[in-house]
Amino acid sequence: MSVISIENLVKTFGRVRALDGLDLRVEPGEVHGFLGPNGSGKSTTIRILLGLLRRDSGQVRLLGGDPWRDAVALHRRLAYVPGDVSLWPNLSGGEAIDLFGALRGGLDHRRRDELLDRFALDPTKKCRTYSKGNRQKVAIVAAFASAVELYVLDEPTSGLDPLMEAVFQEEVRQLTGAGASVLLSSHVLAEVEALCDRVSIIREGRVVEAGTLTELRHLARTTVTVETGRPLTGVTDLPGVHEVRPVDGRVRLEVEPAHLDTLLAYLVRFEVRALTSAPPTLEELFLRHYGDHADSDRTASVGGAR
Amino acid sequence: MSSFTGTSRLVRLALRRDRARLAIWVLGTPLIGYALAQSVAGLYPDEQTRLGYAETAVTSVVARAFNGPIAGTELGAVVVTETYLTLALLVGLLSTFAVIRHTRQNEETGRAELLGAAAVGRYALLTAALVVVLGANVLAAALLALAFVGAGLPVAGSAAAAAAICGVGVALTGIAAVTAQLTVTSRGGNALAAVAVGVAFLLRAAGDVLGQRESGGVRLDSAWPTWLSPLGWGTQVRAFGAERWWVLALPVALLVAGVAVAFVLTERRDFGAGLLAARRGPARAARGLLSPVGLTWRLHRGALAGWAVAVAVLGVCMGLAGNEVDAMIADNPQTAEVIAQLGGGAELVDAYLAAMLGIFALTLGAYVVQALLRTRNDETDGVLEALLATAVGRTRWLGTQLLGAVLGALALLLLAGVSTGLGYGLAAGDPIGWTVELGAAALLRLPALLVVAGVVAALFGVLPRVSVALSWSVLIVFLLLGQLGAVLDLPQAALNLSPFTHIPSAPAADLTVLPLVLLTAVAATLFAAALVTFRHRDIPG
Repeated sequence: MSVISIENLVKTFGRVRALDGLDLRVEPGEVHGFLGPNGSGKSTTIRILLGLLRRDSGQVRLLGGDPWRDAVALHRRLAYVPGDVSLWPNLSGGEAIDLFGALRGGLDHRRRDELLDRFALDPTKKCRTYSKGNRQKVAIVAAFASAVELYVLDEPTSGLDPLMEAVFQEEVRQLTGAGASVLLSSHVLAEVEALCDRVSIIREGRVVEAGTLTELRHLARTTVTVETGRPLTGVTDLPGVHEVRPVDGRVRLEVEPAHLDTLLAYLVRFEVRALTSAPPTLEELFLRHYGDHADSDRTASVGGAR
Repeated sequence: MSSFTGTSRLVRLALRRDRARLAIWVLGTPLIGYALAQSVAGLYPDEQTRLGYAETAVTSVVARAFNGPIAGTELGAVVVTETYLTLALLVGLLSTFAVIRHTRQNEETGRAELLGAAAVGRYALLTAALVVVLGANVLAAALLALAFVGAGLPVAGSAAAAAAICGVGVALTGIAAVTAQLTVTSRGGNALAAVAVGVAFLLRAAGDVLGQRESGGVRLDSAWPTWLSPLGWGTQVRAFGAERWWVLALPVALLVAGVAVAFVLTERRDFGAGLLAARRGPARAARGLLSPVGLTWRLHRGALAGWAVAVAVLGVCMGLAGNEVDAMIADNPQTAEVIAQLGGGAELVDAYLAAMLGIFALTLGAYVVQALLRTRNDETDGVLEALLATAVGRTRWLGTQLLGAVLGALALLLLAGVSTGLGYGLAAGDPIGWTVELGAAALLRLPALLVVAGVVAALFGVLPRVSVALSWSVLIVFLLLGQLGAVLDLPQAALNLSPFTHIPSAPAADLTVLPLVLLTAVAATLFAAALVTFRHRDIPG
């Protein structure tokens, strides 16, 4: 059974359709990357999963229950780290951690101290004196010190330095190693690449792409640059070939993975002297979905040629 | 770039942010002033009635403590004595909140950091706040003077009275400019300034109670504590009775001094920091903190302690003053007659004590509103989201907040009754008996506070976005109905809107149970509505 299963979820705020038929599935034991530009509906989805917002329509199951109706029972089995952590200014960090742990139904004190140490967080400081990164550490330590089935992390590392980012990644691996699942909303692509088993890319309230990173790469076009002995002609008419343009006496084009074979067979007739082929980078993959013109018949802005 | 660069832009920003508040302030003050002046004129139409009023004002310790000295027997002097405290506190608190809002609150929320990174000078934020607040005070004073003139009062006196009232706003602007530099939070800055207002009130009351009556008139020669109080200066202007214009220089001097200190502090302290440093806390939470109830107690105990000290001190003082009512009756049968009428024919002291308990109950309404509005505060700053993502249900959370506010109000009410009873008992004899009687009488006011709590909670459930403004507005309406309803001669139907109207005024009146039961039922209904609506609404981020 899936840890999170969302089908055709719709949520509107007045006239704004924040979620417009969203589907999302997180399987047990996986780290699921949840990506999308700002305002695309990631946090709205997470708030519905936490029972803070009520869905307009669609199916949502969380750990086998209804996130709105069974909120309290489900919250004992999950831990949440918000992107913008706000704490009680006059409590110390240690008090806030213990409080969150207790309200969630208990926390492993040995693990708490170990995490404080690893994240180099001083628990005696008052919350009002913490920086953004340190407030995030409070929420991360409080969440990770609870042994729960699901961790919902909404841009948890946006304020952390690279050293702490590395610690964060190790800790997440430890959680999934123990069998937990993670829903990770993030803009840090290196983090996504390092941690996520599968990703869902959301745009304007619906998921536009979902799968493993390898699968997503296969959906995107490969950039081919070729130098031929004879002038290259007729290549624009081949199936699956786009954006053909001359560059420094060579030709650069984009080809859909399914038609790579046909293209290569065609190219050899023109005496190929040099050929490079580059799969899309992660950035290109995401930019394709994040950008303003990410409709189906435009490709990613490959290689900065535009 | 000078230290003041960007001030004019920040002034425009503040005006844009506060246009509604400022309009209410600048137009509301003269409107209230006009209405009060009209009604007082109706109550004291001739020299004879005004002489009686002035005689009471100068003889009665209670009147001296609350209204301050009267400047003469002209109609204007009566109007000022009746309206000064209300209008001065209104203007003073509005000035304080506005200064803090545009300085410390900007720093606390990080908005000032964005502004400070732009071409904005070090002093610009504070200067802009001062320009806006002082501008509002000057404008309000001008309109208030016109309102008094419009109500048929002489021009010079009207100008002096308006300047005296808005002078309190000017003086408190200077105080708030300093407190904004001392604390890290705007809540703390407001609290410090509020403490200053409380001290100013007590100083003025003490100075006026200890003052000597001038021979051959109704004027009072106030003792020195009054001259230390910004609230006292306004009364010393003696509007409508041989005005002493030079006294108006005192609030201006305090403003100049306060602003100078504030600028020096701005120079000395780090951005975002206060002068009162944050202490460290425990590395681990005590067991008692680890529940919604424990957290609520932790978050409320500071404010509760502050209120408790203020209530206890005021209660004992008012109780001690109660004995003066007795003494006054012996000295002055004419005054006794006046107060007996005011007290509805009841025993004079009982009427006085009942009135004090009523004022306490209304004031504690502010505690209830402030304590319960933390709910909305938690929602807007995101703490609520994190809390409800744990295994704490919505009903449990809001229920705990309600419980905290109600228990706090109950404790403070009891303390108010007990301390007043103790003060009166110490002066008049039988402290234990009076402590018990007034403690019980004070608790009878609880149902009205329950209704206030119900209104705030229901607003939080149904109309969260406007719940802060509406909650305070409702309390102010209750306050105005209670304090001014009788003076303004409002119809009973309007007075009945306030739950405080329905409380039997023990110990002056007999105990009637029905209104208390009905008020409690209304409160229970509002609580239920709050819990149900909050259970079913969205909590947007």
